[in-house]
Amino acid sequence: MLARATTWWTILRISIEERLVYRGDFALGTLMRFLPIVTQIFLWAAVFSAIGTRAGGAKIAGYTFPDFIAYYLLTMISRAFSSMPGLATGIARDIRDGTVKKYLIQPIDMLGFLLLYRTAHKLVYYLVAAVPFALVFYLCRGFFPGWPDAMTLAAFVASLVMSFFLGFFLEATLGMIGFWFLEVSSLLFVYMLFNFFCSGHMFPIDMLPGIWGTLVKLIPLQYLAYFPSAVFLGKITGAELAWGLAMQFGWLLLLIAASRAAFRFGVRRYSGFGG
Amino acid sequence: MTDHPSYLKVFLIFARNSLVRDMTFRANFIIDAISSIAWMSMNLAFYVLIFQYTPMIGADSGWGKYEFFLFLSTTLVVNSIVQALFMTNADEFSELIRTGSLDFALLKPIDTLFLVSLQRIDWSSLGNLVFGLGLMGYAFAKLDYLPGPVAIGLYLLYVVCGVAILYSLMMSLAASSVWLGRNQTLYDFWFYITNFSRYPKEIYSGKYGDPLRWFFTFIIPVLLVINVPARFLVRSLRPHTAQDWLLPAFALLAALASLAAARWIFNQALVRYRSASS
Repeated sequence: MLARATTWWTILRISIEERLVYRGDFALGTLMRFLPIVTQIFLWAAVFSAIGTRAGGAKIAGYTFPDFIAYYLLTMISRAFSSMPGLATGIARDIRDGTVKKYLIQPIDMLGFLLLYRTAHKLVYYLVAAVPFALVFYLCRGFFPGWPDAMTLAAFVASLVMSFFLGFFLEATLGMIGFWFLEVSSLLFVYMLFNFFCSGHMFPIDMLPGIWGTLVKLIPLQYLAYFPSAVFLGKITGAELAWGLAMQFGWLLLLIAASRAAFRFGVRRYSGFGG
Repeated sequence: MTDHPSYLKVFLIFARNSLVRDMTFRANFIIDAISSIAWMSMNLAFYVLIFQYTPMIGADSGWGKYEFFLFLSTTLVVNSIVQALFMTNADEFSELIRTGSLDFALLKPIDTLFLVSLQRIDWSSLGNLVFGLGLMGYAFAKLDYLPGPVAIGLYLLYVVCGVAILYSLMMSLAASSVWLGRNQTLYDFWFYITNFSRYPKEIYSGKYGDPLRWFFTFIIPVLLVINVPARFLVRSLRPHTAQDWLLPAFALLAALASLAAARWIFNQALVRYRSASS
């Protein structure tokens, strides 16, 4: 047990050090990532100017103009937790070129290793990105309605942490489809497309009319960007909030089980050759 | 036998070779075309959704739903041409500098900028061109209006200008990899700058918007790329007064200046280039 903890601690430490090498480039890149928000601000200002005064009570799907901007900024935070760049493609590539063998031979669990690796990367990311994030949020503080109460804040943090794990196990499961189909890049592209649209990264999914809104709220993608942001803005409260968190937890358990099953059955199909 | 090559003939050979190459991996070609169309459809869905809630982007700007679709289709047309002709090449240019393979391009008896700009044509990007033209046809049908031959002629001219401006920007960014060694963030930079060109210029107004609009019109003229041609398609936004013609006139100038600037930067880059190999 202690040996195991030491191993995991070592993996985490090495991954953190590896990530800190490029910190300068990294902070600048993070700041640049906010640039598209600038055009979003102007676009929504123009949209709101056509339906009424910007400052007044004009609302689109329950969101005022400042709400929209606050929403986009908050999705940057939720995406910082839930996005796992290159995870699925990395797993699929390891399966294709045979690197996955090392997890089968060495006494280490692939999912556990990758999870620690990602955790380390994310931790460093938050450490370095905290400054640009704080700067942008400070400059944009006028768009926010103020700090939410402690309960809402706790729910926000809980759903962010769950969105990290949800994003991880969802992508890991998708990557392991590579055990069955060797080439999964087009499948992953379709997923990315869906993710962008249905997670609420592009717009608050409350805007979707009728059946579309209902359908999008049935799938787990909304927890990757929309849900935490809407919670922070106080759009989801009371029983709806409790139910949302429970659903997110349910999806998380389901996806952990799915990724474990995919690995178990995938390895049975897998055949490795050569050294 | 002349002592300089026929540029048109060389270009057609590049185009043919690229098509042969694309057709060798036909399934990949189809998937590429479909994925870029899927990406654009999603963008279109986003705007359809916006127009569920508002009649216009910007109060009294004239960009109603179908007018905006004409704008969007112009974005598709210009960007797909730039992507098809230059994107792969600009990317490879940075790589040529890094690996030192640029030596081979410099030795060939043809203009180096021409050679590195057009060597490889990505035919699958033209899927978006077809999609854009389809969207344009749909918008015209809904507006129940067709522009005259003069407007179409001017539109085509300014699409070419737009392509020239974007091309110049892209080549300048790619050439800067001579100084930076490698240019991983080329695409990021490219994306963030051109992002400003994708919207009607009217949206940039107010205390922060006006300087921004000024900057992206006169310093890095990306706002002219889509805005100028697209306005020729919309009846109410076409230039009417002499003052309205100032911007198109300037766009012509900006396109020529961008091309000249890009060539200058490119030549500067060649002077600084030191072969990495041999």
